[in-house]
Amino acid sequence: MGVLMEVKNLVTRFYTQEGVVYAVNDVSYVLNERETLGVVGESGSGKSVHALSIMRLIAMPPGKIEKGEVLFQGRDLLKLKNEEMRLVRGAEIAMIFQDPMTSLNPVLTIGTQITEALKLHMGMDNKAATERAAELLTMVGIPDAKRRLKNFPHQFSGGMRQRVMIAMALSCNPKLLIADEPTTALDVTIQAQIIELIKNLRDQFGMAIIWISHDLGVVAGLSDTVQVMYGGRIVERGPVEEVFGDTRHPYTLGLLRSLPRHDTSNNRERLVQIEGAPPDMRKPPTGCPFAPRCTYKIAKCEEQMPPLMPGPEAHEEHLKACWIDVRNGQPLPEAMETQHV
Amino acid sequence: MSSAPAAAPAATTHDAQGRELVVSVSNLKKHFPISSGVIVQRQVGAVKAVDGVSFNVYKGETLGLVGESGCGKSTTGRTVLQLYKPTAGSVKFEGHELTTMGGNELRNMRRKMQMIFQDPFASLNPRMSVGNIVSEPLKIHNVIQNKVELQEYVEALLQRVGLNPYYVNRYPHEFSGGQRQRIGIARALALRPTFIVADEPISALDVSIQAQVVNLLEDLQEEFNLTYLFIAHDLSMVRHICDRVAVMYLGKIVEIGPTDVVYDNPLHPYTQALLSAVPVPDPMVERNRQRIILKGDVPSPARPPVGCNFNTRCPVALSGICYQDPDPELVEMEPGHFVACHRVTPF
Repeated sequence: MGVLMEVKNLVTRFYTQEGVVYAVNDVSYVLNERETLGVVGESGSGKSVHALSIMRLIAMPPGKIEKGEVLFQGRDLLKLKNEEMRLVRGAEIAMIFQDPMTSLNPVLTIGTQITEALKLHMGMDNKAATERAAELLTMVGIPDAKRRLKNFPHQFSGGMRQRVMIAMALSCNPKLLIADEPTTALDVTIQAQIIELIKNLRDQFGMAIIWISHDLGVVAGLSDTVQVMYGGRIVERGPVEEVFGDTRHPYTLGLLRSLPRHDTSNNRERLVQIEGAPPDMRKPPTGCPFAPRCTYKIAKCEEQMPPLMPGPEAHEEHLKACWIDVRNGQPLPEAMETQHV
Repeated sequence: MSSAPAAAPAATTHDAQGRELVVSVSNLKKHFPISSGVIVQRQVGAVKAVDGVSFNVYKGETLGLVGESGCGKSTTGRTVLQLYKPTAGSVKFEGHELTTMGGNELRNMRRKMQMIFQDPFASLNPRMSVGNIVSEPLKIHNVIQNKVELQEYVEALLQRVGLNPYYVNRYPHEFSGGQRQRIGIARALALRPTFIVADEPISALDVSIQAQVVNLLEDLQEEFNLTYLFIAHDLSMVRHICDRVAVMYLGKIVEIGPTDVVYDNPLHPYTQALLSAVPVPDPMVERNRQRIILKGDVPSPARPPVGCNFNTRCPVALSGICYQDPDPELVEMEPGHFVACHRVTPF
């Protein structure tokens, strides 16, 4: 599998009246073709802003992509002209959002909205576009597609609207689908339907997916690679079995321990809670953003942000940004070395 | 927190097994009218949000009420507390019938039953300081007259829910979601209630904050001997916090029983599908799971289907009986475990 996209040192900030929000701080990773990357984090972790930065959908001002590169098939998206970027959005990279009602235009029929992209990016005429639109709706499991094309967004339920969004996103066979919390607003039985649909379409279309979620369960079931974000940084990243099975960052570990499970009994034990609250990104801590809440922390954690590095005896693609070996709570040699430099 | 406000006298009641009842709900209905017409408004239908629900809540337990959005779980919670006037049915609280009460009598009962809301941003008045929010119930019920005592009581309460008493003069916007939820909990506790309806108290919170609030609720339950009706859609958290669980679908309870029994041996096809849809944070388990994927959406509670409410999505519905009235009744299949399904109960 070849490299599809490379994000290098991405930094995004918002210049608001209350101060500068350091939303994304030096995020770098490689996404392969056909890879599903799950991005996990809480509100304010920078997971959504990083995706919007890739799509160049950050409102500027107040937002600003300060630096970095987003090499999509070798081209730096951040250097494209606006008109060039418009040809990338929808055609090569598509995005679906949490709330399908606010992402659809309420005064246009579903048909008009799906065919718009087909006509713009694929050069189809009205008839061909309408036919393709009906095919797409059938594919995402909307019955009676021809008739439904004439309906308006409010005539669909939440789950159906998300299916319409998916149909629109896939209309031009994108190579990358970015899904920003697409099932968060849906009920679990509908969420299961949508995830099943996405899994089938992923294999059918051969596209890569960046799936952004706060739900570790959804990400566990869907992703090849997981990336945990906190305070605008990647704190842990690796193959899904490694991140969940051989967790190396105290934040990921804390999250997994704090979650009760419905498939095992005897979970009436007190939950292991993470103390404190996520950092205010207007005043990010100087060192590791998790240090103020971390039970393993040493002095160095508050002084210097650890780089993303493989842990001792961990899978080579399994990286974490932490000075500590969470398996024994001891500082890593890297933490000691740099201290004396 | 030593000066506890005086409470109304409790009439204790017990069920057949001798367990102490706090709340006893029977055949509770709440229908919201649908009106039509510009000049002359007339009722053209009703949204049957809660349509014949019966359950007991026992002293010191946590009963979970789960289901998807629109199933009537929040309406049930609010109707139990008489925040909505029920269309029909009975709600007994510590032996007193609430549905026929009004005015002062009901207000006195309200001291002992409180609510924690889902949205900590919408449920706190932005123009009131934290101190005023938490002391308002005490002032309304005229429990503590002495200003100094009141101040001390409020500060102790804030401390107990994990907030710095120094924050007493701050306003809600200065707090994070988790802290606001703690303010809401302090307000609910102010009158020392015996029964609390917690309506999705953690849904709006970040994952790393949820455990903090759940632990607090559990500690408070033990300390103050509280009884909870815990409304939620997060089935994993419900298994953790609840002693018994009731599953709702389209205004009715389809299954109710001890939490471990229902989770390990779900009998209703809806409960089975619901549990199989919940993702588990373990890629190995997820890879090998067989999901029951339900077709379609929940029907509108304004036009529920004829026969069993679940028949439009049920993977095992029988032609005939499942599509005819009357609806299946709750039947006890094993001790304490009730199910309303024609496929499960012998007919």
